[in-house]
Amino acid sequence: MQAPDVLVIGGGNAALCAALAAADRGARVLLLEKTSAEWRGGNSKYTRNIRLVGPDYSEEEFLADLVGVTGEEIDKDLATLVIERSGGVSRWMEAHGVHWQPPFRGTLQLARTNHFFLGGGKALLNTYYDRAQRAGVEVRYHAEVVSLQLADGRFRSAIVDMPEGRREVPAPAVVVASGGFESNLEWLGRYWGKAVDNYLIRGTSANDGRLLADLLEGGALQRGNPRGFHAVACDARSPRYEGGIVTRVDSLPFGIAVNRDGRRFGDEGQDLWPKRYATWGGLIALQPDQLAFSVFDSQVLGLFIPPLFPPLEGATIEELAVKINVDPGGLETTVGEFNRAARREIPFDFRRLDGRGTPGLQPPKSNWALPIEQPPFFAYPMRPGITFTYLAVGVDRHARVLDGSGRPMENVFAAGEVMAGNILLNGYVGGVGLTIGTVFGQIAGEEAAAHARAA
Amino acid sequence: MPGLPELLDEANRQLTICNACRYCEGYCAVFPALERRSVLREGDVALLANLCHDCRACYQACMYAPPHEFAVNVPALLSRGRLESYRRYAWPGAFARLFDHPRHAAAGASLIVAVLVLVAIVVRAGVGGLVAVQTGPGAFYRLIAYEVMVAVAMILSAAALTLLAGGFYRLWRDAGGSRRQLLDLHLWAGALSDAAKLRYLRGGGGGCHYPDPLRPAQARLAHHHVLVAGFALAFAATVVAAFEQDVLGLIPPYPILSAPVLLGIAGGLLVMAGAGGLLLMKRREPAAAHDLRGPGFRALDVAFLVLVESVAVTGLLLLVMRATPAMGPLLVAHLGAVGGLFATAPYGKFVHAVHRFAALLRDRAEAR
Repeated sequence: MQAPDVLVIGGGNAALCAALAAADRGARVLLLEKTSAEWRGGNSKYTRNIRLVGPDYSEEEFLADLVGVTGEEIDKDLATLVIERSGGVSRWMEAHGVHWQPPFRGTLQLARTNHFFLGGGKALLNTYYDRAQRAGVEVRYHAEVVSLQLADGRFRSAIVDMPEGRREVPAPAVVVASGGFESNLEWLGRYWGKAVDNYLIRGTSANDGRLLADLLEGGALQRGNPRGFHAVACDARSPRYEGGIVTRVDSLPFGIAVNRDGRRFGDEGQDLWPKRYATWGGLIALQPDQLAFSVFDSQVLGLFIPPLFPPLEGATIEELAVKINVDPGGLETTVGEFNRAARREIPFDFRRLDGRGTPGLQPPKSNWALPIEQPPFFAYPMRPGITFTYLAVGVDRHARVLDGSGRPMENVFAAGEVMAGNILLNGYVGGVGLTIGTVFGQIAGEEAAAHARAA
Repeated sequence: MPGLPELLDEANRQLTICNACRYCEGYCAVFPALERRSVLREGDVALLANLCHDCRACYQACMYAPPHEFAVNVPALLSRGRLESYRRYAWPGAFARLFDHPRHAAAGASLIVAVLVLVAIVVRAGVGGLVAVQTGPGAFYRLIAYEVMVAVAMILSAAALTLLAGGFYRLWRDAGGSRRQLLDLHLWAGALSDAAKLRYLRGGGGGCHYPDPLRPAQARLAHHHVLVAGFALAFAATVVAAFEQDVLGLIPPYPILSAPVLLGIAGGLLVMAGAGGLLLMKRREPAAAHDLRGPGFRALDVAFLVLVESVAVTGLLLLVMRATPAMGPLLVAHLGAVGGLFATAPYGKFVHAVHRFAALLRDRAEAR
């Protein structure tokens, strides 16, 4: 192991972008990944597209989309920086070996704003790892950074657990790109109590937030939203960790969502699905036992991507209710009220907001209200599937981590989920996590290489 | 296959995961074809298996590949599916067992043909004739009668073509194809273009993750093309030679600077380079990769490649040494290898060309 100019901590998209950018500037880079070669890549290996400014997607529209979901507390200066630089990202990615592909079926509405990389996130990372190693980046697996040694606001060294034992690794500059804390149930439990026992962690099991906590305890400025996470509706039968894309439930707009008592608790037809699907993880987290069911009938089969598990089935609503352990009377009442309220006279069209609502019903279903009346009836059990957290260390435009008084630490840089909370505090816009990780990864790598050269 | 789950169940298990994910849609025709189906029947597995070019891009890209508990490995699964489809569509059914012993089948068939050629030569020219120097027009035919050579070649190639066509049709029908579509020339044009360009061996742009799993490259595609081009030139040499002999009345052996010989030399060299390169890649492939494909899959490839390599090497040697006493023995070896290639064509890796084409044609029809 050579003494590096730039130490990169983490092995996902932001870490690899930082390593590549630093190596491109001639720095000797050492990248420490906590997991193995098979499991490397953090949450990035579960991604598949990146949101970028382009000919049909202006910087203004991108910013409006971001502010629209995350609110006005967003750091507009950093958000604008990411959005401006995103225009050059596709060329940078191509120059680093990435191939694109046409948008997926069922995701055509993202074609204007999001670029799909061939094969998804793991293929993207394979390409980056290969390029990084060709550029001389040294990658160490099973290398877990325990803490950073800081003195007078400067990074001195990292304490690293490796197969050969605990080592101290000094470097002129460090890039922390080690993700959030969504895999750390104990930490999530501080905000959510026993409910976390019923959460699924869709992505990596490796993001325990150790370095995020270390930086915050070491005096870094806290940004973002500690209670915030991005969560979607996942099939309750999924693995606890690493279930990824196949566990998401896509049937919600085609029926109703009910809780254990058979009651509805949200507007399943509020907006086009890609804009709304991120709200359901949070809604389900608020239900008894963090459990809910997507209930639909035979007429909508085939309209959505089938998930990993088959739906539960009943010849009658009562039979279905018994099968899914939901109060049968409650479910029959809910379905009856919903069916009576649905505006049958408006034609059903799931490709647009069809206005087929449920006047008088609380909560309403604003669009696509098809009565649930054609047996057999189906249900998917759902749990909140946590994807990532919104707690962050504060950074400046140079990706330098800020201390408690807001002053930048000159050789400590951060990229990716560990700092995304500066920009993303609530809600989610598809593909923006990778935009932040890629742009801040590039900035952190460039700046760290420049700093190491000057040092 | 002991230790491996039943193919159809395993295909449905893995491909349900793929159908819910769809990240690999951009790689090849397998995934769009999969999305047109919800539950797979055996004919579907045969179709998907033969659409798969085993470029392994999807395996490298798969977040559910082992050690993930979902243990998805589509190229390995579909490689097993191809071997299964080769067996299923072989006729007569008893001969399907030859796929389990590809080295013995190739060597045995070549040996039988070689012995028959040897007997024919000894009967016609005597033991001395076998090692006598033969020159001038009709040198070959002094050892083995032209009519015998033509009759045996015709019988073997007609049998191979008939059996391969039968397999093609049964696969086509099981995969959901109709007779009417088989007459659609647009489909044939599209599928021929897909086959000629090896469109799906490009891994969607990055290339084939073979033999180096981590660094996609176009080497396999290049060697495959060189091998196919060599086949085509060798075939052209045969056609031109038949024309010169039967129409123009020129009796072989032909001079070096003649169309049949030049075509033959070029074809032989290309086959040697293509098959040789593919064999070397097999050696570089990590052992774990072919273990997953089940026993016998690699042996099938190797037996076929060694056989075509033998045809090319003996053919070129025959050309170089045709005016020496080695001509007779080399003629025995060359005709033995050629005969072995034709005789085992319906029961060896050559089937791949036919099944792949049936799958590409069916995919063109479905995707329309």
